[in-house]
Amino acid sequence: METPADYRNAHFAYRRAAEAASDAQAVVHPVVVVGAGPTGLATAIDLAQRGIEVVLVDDDDRLSVGSRAICFSKRSLEVFDRLGCGEVMAAKGVRWHVGKVFFRDELVYAFDLLGESGYRRPAFVNLQQYYVEGYLLERAMQLDNLDVRWKNKVVGIEAPRMRDAGTRGNGCEPIALTIETPEGQYELRARFVVAADGARSPLRKLLGCDSAGRTFKDRFLIADVKMEADFPPERWFWFDPPFHPNQSVLLHRQPDNVWRIDFQLGWDADPELEKAPERVLARVRALLGHDAQFSLEWVSVYTFSCVRMKSFRCGNVLFAGDSAHCMSPFGARGANSGLQDADNLAWKLALVLRGLAPDALLDSYAREREYAADENIRHSTRSTDFITPKTATSRVFRDAVLMLARHHAFARQLVNSGRLSVPSVLADSALNTADRDTFSGSTVPGSVSADAPVDRDGDDDWLLSHLGDTFSLLIFGGTNGLDANARGLLAASTSCRVPVRNVVVLPAGAQVSGTDDAAAATLLFDREGLAAERYDAKPGTAYLIRPDQHVCARWRAASAADLEAALARALCANVD
Amino acid sequence: MPLKTEPNLTRPDDFYESLLEMHRDLDDAQSQSANAQLILLLANHIGEQAVLVEAMRLAREGVTERSTPRASVTR
Repeated sequence: METPADYRNAHFAYRRAAEAASDAQAVVHPVVVVGAGPTGLATAIDLAQRGIEVVLVDDDDRLSVGSRAICFSKRSLEVFDRLGCGEVMAAKGVRWHVGKVFFRDELVYAFDLLGESGYRRPAFVNLQQYYVEGYLLERAMQLDNLDVRWKNKVVGIEAPRMRDAGTRGNGCEPIALTIETPEGQYELRARFVVAADGARSPLRKLLGCDSAGRTFKDRFLIADVKMEADFPPERWFWFDPPFHPNQSVLLHRQPDNVWRIDFQLGWDADPELEKAPERVLARVRALLGHDAQFSLEWVSVYTFSCVRMKSFRCGNVLFAGDSAHCMSPFGARGANSGLQDADNLAWKLALVLRGLAPDALLDSYAREREYAADENIRHSTRSTDFITPKTATSRVFRDAVLMLARHHAFARQLVNSGRLSVPSVLADSALNTADRDTFSGSTVPGSVSADAPVDRDGDDDWLLSHLGDTFSLLIFGGTNGLDANARGLLAASTSCRVPVRNVVVLPAGAQVSGTDDAAAATLLFDREGLAAERYDAKPGTAYLIRPDQHVCARWRAASAADLEAALARALCANVD
Repeated sequence: MPLKTEPNLTRPDDFYESLLEMHRDLDDAQSQSANAQLILLLANHIGEQAVLVEAMRLAREGVTERSTPRASVTR
């Protein structure tokens, strides 16, 4: 089936599932993913790419109606790259790296996210959620073992009671979902269920799991307007501007000449009244000028909470994305963190389903992503407290920071219009092996592996394209290639408990002796020396990298036993 | 380095006079803003989070522990 390119208006056909037939055999699927948003689609694709048969159900028959999440981070693009749809996302997205902050009628300062070069993907692209979902869906439909079922609404769940011994993990009784379709109900059975069913998660309610945190008493208006404008592709944020006094406003460019304008309205605003076109048009004209030519694409009034579930795991139901955690939109941490949930969960679930890792590995999904959610919620709560001061005194300090920021660099680091999403460093994860050797730099155990420009077979390439999917053993060599110990390690990695891909990085222009080094490894040359710099590498330095591209161990010189022990730890193989 | 609460001002009376002078002819809102800016400037100068947190703790105690009688009559 060909996907229509108009993702905003596309409807997808309901089809009767095999299980819905009266003479159907009782099938137990390995995984059912609930919710075809960015998180659910990414999880389903990742699992299917790993050879796991997946059923993805969604209660609707269409993708995101509005632009909703629009800022996708470098990390999200890297995840999309691994899922086989990074290029189309990056090509369609609007690249931006400059942000400007205004206070009243003055520019306070500008920041530039560009910083370092030498990464395949930019810090951010802006892309409407319907494009992200549309491209993910196109990728999903290329996978024969991924069955997308529209108009399949989960209305019931019968799960083995979660605290009983033997009711978790691969071997326990399957979960039975009751699915409501236009033709009636049927039962869908699965070993594991991934609940990516959104902030109002019906599965969370069906299971009686709660989500706790802070709700903010404020309302915001999103107006997506289509116009030919000569604003640059930058993020403009106003505190207390003359055209919208006492509140904040954000202007941001999306593809197709669509501009996101986000107006803070205050708690007393009437959400229905504020959505009236004449009222929205007046607000937009106040910003753009009375002669501006534009049309309204989408209008939404929203409030938000910063909440998370106590545990992202409930028996064999794993929560991911907004169902597990919600936060304020400042910092673009919602969809981006959902994609990181998917990235973290899929490989663990696949290994547990295959019997290559114990059930405890799934607990590590919950622990790692709960930690990340806390970090995201902390950042977005702080941004919210800065943007919408709750007391007269906090307003005084907020304004004082903005006044000082015009002239003093120190105050600019206090201005918080959203700390933009970067992946959490899972430094305390139980999957990490503590450093035995001394390293500097930021690519520490628990962090995402840094990208770097490399050369492969004489062609320009990127390091991250060769890491992930399976565990990767990344070994750095010197100008004369690899030493005997490194070669021994490469050989040892082929007989580990799980598949490990070998990647060797040599300095540009290094001499390779015969085919020794290339035989059991992907051979890359460090085109600009950035790989060695970002990994603080010396000849013999080895990194063990998880299937989700997170570093889990590193050594100056590792033995086969070191590698095996680090792998066992990263799989929780000593725990269960 | 812990927060210094022993005398440390080089010219205490001059400092106090300057502090009042900073507020001369300001209305309440302006004075509050000036105080806030002053705190932010000094905080950046100090830099050390532990010292700042200790100062904030003492400042808050100064207003929340008013019911506790102080042994200050023996002056």
